[in-house]
Amino acid sequence: MMPEDGVVVRMKGIVKRFPGVVANAGVDLEVRRGEVHALLGENGAGKTTLMNILYGIYHPDEGEIWVNGKRVTIRSPQDAIRLGIGMIHQQFRLVQTHTVVENIILGLKEAFFFPDRPARRRILELSEHYGMKIDPEARIWQLSAGEQQRVEILKVLYRGANILILDEPTSMLTPAETHDLLRTLRRMAKQGQTVIFITHKLEEVIEVSDRVTVMRQGKVAATLNTSETNPRQLAQLMVGRDVLFRLEKKPIQPGEVVLDVSGLNVLNDKGLPAVCDLALQVRAGQILGVAGVSGNGQRELVEAIAGLRPVVGGRIAVNGRDVTRLLPRARIESGIGFVPGERWMALVPSMSVAENLILKNYVRSPIGRGIWLDRRAIAVYADALINQFAILTPDRHTPLKKLSGGNIQRALLAREMSEKPSLLIVAQPTSGLDVGATETIWQMLLAERERGTAILLISDDLKEVLSLSDRVAVIFEGQIMGEFLAEQADLEQISLMMAGALRLSDANVVGEAA
Amino acid sequence: MGVNIFEFILLALRAAIPAGTPLLYGTLGEVYAERSGVLNLGVEGMMIMGAVSGFAVAHTTGNVWFGILTAALVGGLLALIHAFACITLRVNQVVSGLALTMLGLGISGMMGKRYVGQPLAARLQPIHIPGLSDLPVIGELLFRFDILVYIGILLVPLLWFLLYKTRLGITLRSVGENPAAADALGVNVAFVRYAAVVFGGMMAGVGGAYLSVSYAPAWIEGMTAGAGWIVIALTIFAIWDPRRALLGAYLFGGVRVLQYRLQPLGISPNLLNMLPFLLTILVLWISSGEAARRHIGAPAALMTPYSREER
Ligand SMILES: Nc1ncnc2c1ncn2[C@@H]1O[C@H](COP(=O)(O)OP(=O)(O)O)[C@@H](O)[C@H]1O
Ligand SMILES: [Mg+2]
Repeated sequence: MMPEDGVVVRMKGIVKRFPGVVANAGVDLEVRRGEVHALLGENGAGKTTLMNILYGIYHPDEGEIWVNGKRVTIRSPQDAIRLGIGMIHQQFRLVQTHTVVENIILGLKEAFFFPDRPARRRILELSEHYGMKIDPEARIWQLSAGEQQRVEILKVLYRGANILILDEPTSMLTPAETHDLLRTLRRMAKQGQTVIFITHKLEEVIEVSDRVTVMRQGKVAATLNTSETNPRQLAQLMVGRDVLFRLEKKPIQPGEVVLDVSGLNVLNDKGLPAVCDLALQVRAGQILGVAGVSGNGQRELVEAIAGLRPVVGGRIAVNGRDVTRLLPRARIESGIGFVPGERWMALVPSMSVAENLILKNYVRSPIGRGIWLDRRAIAVYADALINQFAILTPDRHTPLKKLSGGNIQRALLAREMSEKPSLLIVAQPTSGLDVGATETIWQMLLAERERGTAILLISDDLKEVLSLSDRVAVIFEGQIMGEFLAEQADLEQISLMMAGALRLSDANVVGEAA
Repeated sequence: MGVNIFEFILLALRAAIPAGTPLLYGTLGEVYAERSGVLNLGVEGMMIMGAVSGFAVAHTTGNVWFGILTAALVGGLLALIHAFACITLRVNQVVSGLALTMLGLGISGMMGKRYVGQPLAARLQPIHIPGLSDLPVIGELLFRFDILVYIGILLVPLLWFLLYKTRLGITLRSVGENPAAADALGVNVAFVRYAAVVFGGMMAGVGGAYLSVSYAPAWIEGMTAGAGWIVIALTIFAIWDPRRALLGAYLFGGVRVLQYRLQPLGISPNLLNMLPFLLTILVLWISSGEAARRHIGAPAALMTPYSREER
């Protein structure tokens, strides 16, 4: 029977448990033909899990799925593809060393020999039809994130999918690329494709979707017509309470220059230039935010300052002292604190909370005494930090990995801040954290700023950079494209800078650019 | 009439090609296994088991082809154990591979006791290629090998073509580079890996049999003498490309022959034993810049077990 109400996907009472969590606790979802249906929710709400179930990657513990009015059991992605379902994952699933065609035809049984002319022709047709330009012979690693995403979408369309699932497709894109993508999605819907669009960004829901289903803690909070709702209502449904949209930031007169980087050149893991002649300064009591699409040298920049990556040229000074050639330990002593973007880089998952908290100062008294550790001193010290920074843990002996993401990050910040650094480098402080945890991390950073610490903030989340920073610098291919006061930020300009299409000259650096 | 350069090269090839042939088989197999994402350090064990079982069957049945077939099956069977351990049970690949090597060395020693010193009536004979084999000097030196040598050479373009120009190859390489991508498109990752590993084992088995039914031809305990480890190095040396495997196998084969030739001159065989590994490091060092630029190198998912539900 063909559904008259136009429902193409119906999921009913879906339950999926993982060790220790119920990712989906009885989810109902209805998606109609030809609509863009947004699936909105905080990190961990269960959006990806639900869609992975529809795509046959996970198997539901309970619940039923109907596609095109028929009850189905989807055992594998192959089953899903056969039903016309295609999924574009948050992390692209592309073979970096292969070409676009090779990636697209992977797994198809069409032709034994390769390269295959009809396939290439089909790809070009499709890309033209949906307005997504791509070179079929390019290798994936040569493509930008936006282009890689096009390959992912083409992969799905090539298989004749008419139900497209996109999992947080904009997280890797510049604002301009995001705009293009959203336009493409609208176009697809108009041509009869059904699009399920996962996101945690309210503006995107409003901009692109016809209907929206909001998820919270594994359950559906509501399904609404987008035209009848607003960001405020959606945020409330998503978080379960009112959220602050603006941070309270005390005005502070910035002090002396703490971090002074000039002419910095750093190579990436492959030995290619990642940071090129970069200069920046951070003053005491100031947050300098570096915005940019990930992979533009942010990681190499912070690692160079922290002493984890050799500097090929230029100078890094902290409090007027040249630290360019110092080892990490010596840099710590000269007042640098470091919270890397990859949290586990700075923590040991299986060691206890207390042990992780003393990782930096166990060599010094009172904790380190000769070759011994003073257990009582550790207890006092760790408990003090756990209280002061409100780290939620059963006790200090609990292995750190047992804590929630927010508390792990809080422990890391606690350790770095307890050293009273004069410079704190923070990368991706809230990645993977939900709104509640994000708020408390932000408060911690603002408190540290008020203490007079110079903070260098690196984040892929533009909103985070804009709301926390005093000054914002945009990085592209290892160079600063422009720097301005946060309150004078112009989104369109930032977008151009992130894409490398605009560069402010040094003369009009302070926000008055044309 | 002294030995000129040309003749010297021919003589060197004459020695290096047979010595390199077991390495070639082993490496071609290991290239395929590793391309699927599974490292098999059990090559030494599979080769020696191929050598002993191949010899035993050829000796008993009097048919050398039964011997070679048996060696392939035994190698494949051992590889199947490895595949089960690392793909299904998700055991550490290094541990499982090392265990396989030790197992092979032990069992072959035990099984082979009664064949030590036995002559082999049914051995591979050099084949006569009309025309080529009759050429003066060249024919004598380069076209008097047995069939396994030529099959090995023919396998190189075949496996290369399969790997780079067919759907099969793209599937295999994708599984080794990004199994999640392949899985999402409906490729059976576990099956592909099983097949590649078993194929690798069969090739190693044949390589071992070549030693005992053609090269020696005899059974000597521990006769692979580290050839399996050279295969591991060669696979890297070849940058996982069958064409470079051919080059490397004959080069390293030549080095192995030199080892015996130079020993009387007072050059330590231990020094020459190190040569393949030193060469591998050298090649890696020289090519690392190029590799990074062109994004070639070890399969990205080498040694990572894949499971759909895991993050
Ligand atoms: N493969 C997995 N193994 C264990 N836990 C998982 C797995 N996938 C998701 N989870 C957990 O399920 C919950 C929902 O995750 P997810 O569906 O990814 O949320 P969302 O996509 O909304 O951010 C989270 O608590 C997450 O940690
Ligand atoms: Mg998700």
